[in-house]
Amino acid sequence: MAQTRYPKTPRDEQPEASTESAETKARGSFSRRQFLRGSAAAGAASAGLLSGMLDDAAAQGEPGVAGPGAVDMAFKINGKAHVATLEPRVTLLDALRNHLDLTGAKKVCDRGTCGACTVLLNGDPVYACSVLAIEAQGAEVTTVEGLGSPANMHPIQQAFVDHDAQQCGFCTPGFVVASAALLNRHPNPDQDTVHRELGGNLCRCGTYAGIRAAVAQAAGGGTTNG
Amino acid sequence: MAEYVWPAAGDRLHIGKHISRLDGPVKATGRAKYAYDVNRRGMLWAIMVQCPHAHARITAIDTSAAEAMDGVVRVHVIQDVGTEIQWAHDEIVAVAATSEEVARDGAAAVKIEYEVLSHFVNERAVDEAPDAQPAQAETTGDPTAAMASAPTKSSGSYHAAQIAHCSLESHGQVAEWQDEETVTLWASTQAISGVASQLGEQIGIPASNVHVETQYMGGGFGSKFSVDRWGVVCAQIARDTGRPVKLMLDRDQEVSVAGARPSTHAEVSTAADADGNVVAWDSKSWGSGGPAGANSPPLPYVFSFENQTHMHTSVPTNTGPARAWRAPRHPQACLVTMRALEDLAHAAGMDPLDFFLKNIEKTGERANTYVEELEKGAELMGWRDRWRPRGSATGTVRSGLGLALHTWGGRGHRSNCEVLAYRDGLVEARIGSQDLGTGTRTIIALVLAETFGVGLEQVKVTMGRSVLPASGASGGSTTVGGVSGATRRAALNAVDAVFERIAPKLGTEMANLELKNGQLHFKDGAMAAMPWRQAATLIGVNPVSATGANPGPGQLNDSGVGGIQMADVSVDMETGVVSINRLVAVQDCGLILDMKLAESQVYGSLIMGVTYALTEERVFDPHTGQMLNPDMEFYKLAGIEDVGEMIVHMMTGPGYDERGVIGLGEPPVIAPGAAIANAATNATGVPINEMPMTPERVLAAINGGMA
Repeated sequence: MAQTRYPKTPRDEQPEASTESAETKARGSFSRRQFLRGSAAAGAASAGLLSGMLDDAAAQGEPGVAGPGAVDMAFKINGKAHVATLEPRVTLLDALRNHLDLTGAKKVCDRGTCGACTVLLNGDPVYACSVLAIEAQGAEVTTVEGLGSPANMHPIQQAFVDHDAQQCGFCTPGFVVASAALLNRHPNPDQDTVHRELGGNLCRCGTYAGIRAAVAQAAGGGTTNG
Repeated sequence: MAEYVWPAAGDRLHIGKHISRLDGPVKATGRAKYAYDVNRRGMLWAIMVQCPHAHARITAIDTSAAEAMDGVVRVHVIQDVGTEIQWAHDEIVAVAATSEEVARDGAAAVKIEYEVLSHFVNERAVDEAPDAQPAQAETTGDPTAAMASAPTKSSGSYHAAQIAHCSLESHGQVAEWQDEETVTLWASTQAISGVASQLGEQIGIPASNVHVETQYMGGGFGSKFSVDRWGVVCAQIARDTGRPVKLMLDRDQEVSVAGARPSTHAEVSTAADADGNVVAWDSKSWGSGGPAGANSPPLPYVFSFENQTHMHTSVPTNTGPARAWRAPRHPQACLVTMRALEDLAHAAGMDPLDFFLKNIEKTGERANTYVEELEKGAELMGWRDRWRPRGSATGTVRSGLGLALHTWGGRGHRSNCEVLAYRDGLVEARIGSQDLGTGTRTIIALVLAETFGVGLEQVKVTMGRSVLPASGASGGSTTVGGVSGATRRAALNAVDAVFERIAPKLGTEMANLELKNGQLHFKDGAMAAMPWRQAATLIGVNPVSATGANPGPGQLNDSGVGGIQMADVSVDMETGVVSINRLVAVQDCGLILDMKLAESQVYGSLIMGVTYALTEERVFDPHTGQMLNPDMEFYKLAGIEDVGEMIVHMMTGPGYDERGVIGLGEPPVIAPGAAIANAATNATGVPINEMPMTPERVLAAINGGMA
């Protein structure tokens, strides 16, 4: 069965800065610090580059080593500053859920398959189970809670409600965030685009018909089901 | 006295409308708190050490290294030395620590030794099973003689693999003791009342001192009725440490031990007379869902034939035990029966639609429903114009059509409800039920609002707590009938109780009062209608309270539905990939309370059906006894692009509405696999007899590798 599994971190449309730093690297005239920054901005965070820590280390001309004990970390999540003292191995998902009590992103497969933990990192959807918290420092993290509240829902959240694009609701936060990212990238997506962009999220109750309709509504298109 | 009936079609304010689920906004914004989301001050995380062997005896457990770790607070031996373990991933020890990471380190540091015993996990090879348990054949008429003299015969073997529940929120809970005798359990469960009783019994406190709380739960599908051993362990560790404890299953445990749907394998022979009437059925089935084997699927399914015989063999295996999986035994029975009848129709040279209609009286009392549904489905699918005989399609990608029938009971369970009416106009239902995501909360609210003749903003539903009036477990499509019956009766009683209280203050009789469209009406016209909220002020500071139960007076729910589904699929003859073009579901379920939620149940069922038809399977290695795919990479669920176009039609109106409410959770999930298999058979021209219909199996069938 052709089931697209999108790597949620490296996107095909990369920021300008990363392209530059990649070119710089190719020319052999780059500083290690620039390279690290560029790579991190390109979303290569999942490669294990500890951007925030390494920036400091690089500034001091020494390799960065964090842990294994807990270290202080600072995050910007849904526009607010958060600090926590966490082991470097803690994932962004566990930091959000276990330490910051932001439980909208769900832990389901915990290994980058199901998309229930999807959050935005600088606007790009990532699997929070596959990003280390320490890597997310310095980035704008947006969780499902940051998109809207029950009294003031994001249009895609309203559309999920209107089209009953949820049953048990456990995959819903991931789908809502992935759908918001989809609409940011493709304001008027066709069905193939919707399927491709949401192919990295899985639902067990079977809400895909409602999700298709919800995305269509939020995109300002039709409201066809099925 | 209230008359316990549903309002007539013309008088319905909310019933039957497309109403959005009331907890949609809290779910879509990530505010809904599931058991997995509960974080308590000072809480410990518990992780369970699993047995790596399919069959083994524990010979030694050394917890010293784990106990010595910083942050590990408690190491709890669940199954001690000497215990015989019957399946891999069974839980042996739980380690509770101050963080999830440390709990995992602690679990990894526990040393357990085993004597490995022989195992059996491949029930398909029934002849090799060490402990197969054949049952007596059940026979009606004389199938052997009928078979011998019939002009048209068919036979085949049909297979449905074991699948898992794979609930997205894994099983588990948070336990916190309030004092030595009282514990709160935030549990991911389908049965708050039952779990309270089970836990109380197993830890030696009164059931009334166990407070189970489940506002939202992330999928159960029949696997979450029990407190389970891990629920008891969680409460024990919380008591032993004096701290709240969270214990949720990891994904590998969830998929391997927390729920399985038994396999079914069957060999079937059928026969028809010259007119296409089925005259004989002979089936032998076997299957397994773990150490307890598997009960017989109901064969033949939906139909009963004059001459039929069926024999089942239960095959115990060393695999994680079966739990009820949405419509237990029915999807497997549906595959076997509908595939066998499609094959017989083919042998008779008939369009299966005509063949099923020809034999429809053999379905019993729902025959007329099936006829109506088949006609509607045929219209939506364009069956009459588009169906071609098996094997007519040519080219690399071939499409075909298939259909299947199903049935289910779905009578409302036992439930109680208390309704309170307050002087600010708010009306509250208090009910010890749980909303699995089927929309139970919304159903209760709309029945309450309907009965008081007010808007949904005027009512409140308090549920999901075991201390509330007891309601049944949510399973078997019994919830909607149970809670709607109890709520309707309680609300009707509450309306009467309100009238009784306020009538004297209005200088009139109870019988002169009526609530509709948000207003209190005086039947004699002596006074002008008064807004409900104004009338409610006469209630006074003590709210009016009334109760209702299901079952109870009046016919508010019923049992027994039909339902038909049709599939249009394409099969790539070179790759064996089956893809869904269109699915049509036509479903009855009596009186539909919320059309939007009802349709959601059917869409969801079709999608779940596509998944078990095409990709889902618990794969076991016969040599090691291990499940090879206890994860979500290789235990595959269909994605949004895999499910095709879906058309859902709900039967309503005369003949349906007056039956009252009937459950809908199970029926539509039964037939998709059978309809898809029939369509794939029609497309390819060769019998596609095995679920899941993976490319490998379909290619084998195309290449003559299997019957």
